[in-house]
Amino acid sequence: MSATPLLQLRDLRVAYGAIEAVKGISLELAHGELVSLIGANGAGKTTTLNAIAGTLGTAGGELLYEGKGIEKLPAHLRLRRGLALVPEGRGIFTRLTVEENLRMGAYCRRDHDAVEADLERVFTMLPRVKERLQQVAGTLSGGEQQMVAIGRALLSRPRLLLLDEPSMGLAPLVVEKIFEVIRSVAAEGVTILLVEQNANLALEFSQRAYVMESGRITLAGSGAELLADPKVRAAYLGE
Amino acid sequence: METLLQQTVNGLVVGSVYALIALGYTMVYGILGLINFAHGDVLMVGALVALEAIRLLQIYAPELGMVPTLLAGLSVSVVVCMILGYTIERTAYRRLRNAPRLAPLITAIGVSFLLQTLAMIIWGRNYHSFPQLVSTEPLEPIAGLFITPVQITILAVSATLMVALVLLVNKTRLGRAMRATAENHKVASLMGVDTNKIIAVTFIIGSALAAVAGVMFSSNYGTAHYAMGFLPGLKAFTAAVLGGIGNLGGAMLGGLVLGLVESIGAGYIEDLSFGFLNSSYQDIFAFVILGIVLIFRPTGLLGERVADRA
Repeated sequence: MSATPLLQLRDLRVAYGAIEAVKGISLELAHGELVSLIGANGAGKTTTLNAIAGTLGTAGGELLYEGKGIEKLPAHLRLRRGLALVPEGRGIFTRLTVEENLRMGAYCRRDHDAVEADLERVFTMLPRVKERLQQVAGTLSGGEQQMVAIGRALLSRPRLLLLDEPSMGLAPLVVEKIFEVIRSVAAEGVTILLVEQNANLALEFSQRAYVMESGRITLAGSGAELLADPKVRAAYLGE
Repeated sequence: METLLQQTVNGLVVGSVYALIALGYTMVYGILGLINFAHGDVLMVGALVALEAIRLLQIYAPELGMVPTLLAGLSVSVVVCMILGYTIERTAYRRLRNAPRLAPLITAIGVSFLLQTLAMIIWGRNYHSFPQLVSTEPLEPIAGLFITPVQITILAVSATLMVALVLLVNKTRLGRAMRATAENHKVASLMGVDTNKIIAVTFIIGSALAAVAGVMFSSNYGTAHYAMGFLPGLKAFTAAVLGGIGNLGGAMLGGLVLGLVESIGAGYIEDLSFGFLNSSYQDIFAFVILGIVLIFRPTGLLGERVADRA
């Protein structure tokens, strides 16, 4: 067991101007864990992920990755350390082809042979992507775009994968497929922090979870514990 | 008929210079949503620096041939303009990246004045004659058409640079990163792209093209002047809008169309206006076109992509 967690937030604060969206949260992820962060709209989940990935600055507290503070590191350098975010709304480059989108994921890599091999692995994982390689990505369906977004993130060979609402706006069957993919990524040892509004799905799926409310973490526990918690059931599972 | 063909040749030559300048506008617009009104003045700096370098070479290295002298002058001017483009972006525009759109626009106009004033201080207010190192004497007419070596050179150099730029943007890793950044800075940075660097590179490439355009412009007309960047800059901006700003193919098409309309129009303006106007009013055409495009097709000929940037 490695002693330092892969990711550690200590009293992290994030603000948009004068408005604090994340009001001091602490959480940690050990190597290889699959953890989810659930909560209502506007609870600060996306803000938290963006702060971890570096597209938003922090307003206080500590953000440790592999034991080192990365608060001041720009987003593009965080990716180079193995920290990848699949952003909310997928963030596909709609005017680039599917293949170009995937290759953007490997932008920083110099090991070209391994990139080609990884591309092949993404194709086996996401067979529908391969048929559409030369298509402009904006013409794909939402589910296909989400697949491309995840495949693209995998091509950077992340150690920590942050997923922001991968199920958003997708049909249940498609969501199931996407979660199968996420499970197989986790099985390969990639640490995953998943933000989801679909609490039921997220809790069944993860080892541990945090519940976020108005910028604070209000509950934490294993997926099963939280699924059984009456407060969680009432607030997020619609019971 | 002969006038028409002759003016078509002339129009293609001028149009390809407009196209090169328009590419600089459109690349910067595509990536930052900024109309870099100082771009025409980078062209002016390019022409005057080349002129200065050529003068010095003619004094200190008179044994150098005409073409090597021109190439050396051009190289110096391209390098100076690349540094200038980088400096403008770094000092004037970068800190306004997240400011309201009007702020960088006004800053661009300010940079334009600054460059013109500096050039006026250095080179004075007079027109300088630009050494015609490539001949402007027409060759033997082909099928009654006159074309000069400098015109042929302009066409060849512009075509080469445009092909090179299209390949760079569409086929290379850098080009892919440029297109990704143009579409979404935030996601591009999530791919590990240093978007500040990509934006700087965009300015550097655009400024290099402007330097080449400036040298070609001055070689063709035989003069250089501190305010010479204004009109070609404005026309190239028109060309970029005509083609669909943000779109590389559009900038090239817009430049050529504008050059052709202007040139052919100049050939017939006397007849069209029953002798009231002569060909020195040819600038009317560019701005009539700009007006028409903005009224009837504000996204330009090839541009349907403007909407998602604005």
